[in-house]
Amino acid sequence: MPAPPDTQAATSLSLEAVAVGALEDVSLKLAPGEITCLSGPSGSGKSRLLRAIADLEPHEGDIRLGDQAQATLPGHAWRRAVMLVPAESQWWAEDVGAHFDRDCQAGLEALGLSPETLGWQVARLSSGEKQRLALLRALSRRPRALLLDEPTANLDHATTLSCEAWLGEQARQFGMPMLWVAHDPEQIKRVAQHHVRITGSRLETTP
Amino acid sequence: MNVIALEWWQLSLAALMVVALATCTTLARLEIGRPLLIAAARTAVQLTLIGLVLEALFASARFQWVAMMAVAMLLIAGREVMTRQRRRLRGGWAFGISTLAMFLSSFSVTVLTLTVIVGPEPWYAPQYAIPLLGMLLGNTMTGVSLAMDRLTTNVWQQRSVIENRLMLGQPWQEAIGDVRREAMRSGMIPTINAMAAAGVVSLPGMMTGQILAGSAPALAVKYQILVMFIITAGTGFGTLAAVAATSRRLFDERERLRLDRLSTPKG
Repeated sequence: MPAPPDTQAATSLSLEAVAVGALEDVSLKLAPGEITCLSGPSGSGKSRLLRAIADLEPHEGDIRLGDQAQATLPGHAWRRAVMLVPAESQWWAEDVGAHFDRDCQAGLEALGLSPETLGWQVARLSSGEKQRLALLRALSRRPRALLLDEPTANLDHATTLSCEAWLGEQARQFGMPMLWVAHDPEQIKRVAQHHVRITGSRLETTP
Repeated sequence: MNVIALEWWQLSLAALMVVALATCTTLARLEIGRPLLIAAARTAVQLTLIGLVLEALFASARFQWVAMMAVAMLLIAGREVMTRQRRRLRGGWAFGISTLAMFLSSFSVTVLTLTVIVGPEPWYAPQYAIPLLGMLLGNTMTGVSLAMDRLTTNVWQQRSVIENRLMLGQPWQEAIGDVRREAMRSGMIPTINAMAAAGVVSLPGMMTGQILAGSAPALAVKYQILVMFIITAGTGFGTLAAVAATSRRLFDERERLRLDRLSTPKG
């Protein structure tokens, strides 16, 4: 059963003159419920920018969730609100279910996973299953903004499409701003309301 | 009962056995002969020197000499802990944390034991203070160095897991929890094993020494139990402090994992 949309919590995520690694002066406003795709050559600092937004890497500039500045929240509280799903997910317990603190049967179904998945051993999972479960694990914690690092890299075309649809619906339903690292122009066309690209040390908006 | 005096030529017979072992391993190309002989030589030289120092110390029995000796032992132990770690905290933190942890635990347990439990007159009498502190420091050093080495090595190996847990919004204590428990365990295992095996599998060295030197077994046993307990307390609290301080230092004020604070292993 889908939870009712919680528009009260909907907030934008804004970056003001952020600098990390080779990237300089990155300013960006991510509106609630909208997906912004981020692309750029490999090694250009996409993942590092996401890590800086999640405050896992020292950086300069001002990052805010709504009115709340990053530095005013403790590190873990910020990351609970602005959640990063890395390209390669990590699992620390034996069972899949031990990584989830909420029931998420509806999500399993939407992502094409069997309802028994939560009872499986992590060692049994394929890379595609891990990737989808990592998305579900993050979203089950109800973040207020989501940063995705190539969330469909290990998925076949049909699963990619259902995954994109589910993520788009989650963004709208919870009013979450999403920053999505993607390479495939077709995917960017399908999911993104906005598209930004890293060129050299700058971030450029692509129409 | 008198102690049978041990002559130097008798010790050299024992040394011959070590030399024989070194020769055999060298012939078998096991490459342990050289470090074995160096360690054996160090034992002989260090213990001979400490014998001289202790004789002088017992003769004077002045507090400042006992204190100086204790501090020297502590600093050497701190250096040993540092060199036994493959990846250590940079900038003197590895030495600082381990020395402080050993100071807090070994010194307070020793002082407590001397003043409250054993009660020699004066309380710092070197015949009691130095051997007790030595046994405590030796064991605490092992616990602290095993735990710190395990902690830094495992954090390095499991860095992606720890960071993924941080990304999901876990506080740093929770993200590093498994690694911390594992480090504490490896620091305490030798002590727990020694207590569990004492008297059944092994006769502890101190008790054996006391019996060889003519003490009644019942008294030797009491001292051994006392020493086992204070060693456990000293090792445990020292390891606890070292694990807590080291894991805190691996994260910054934003709860980021800071592996740049660890050195890279040489070779």
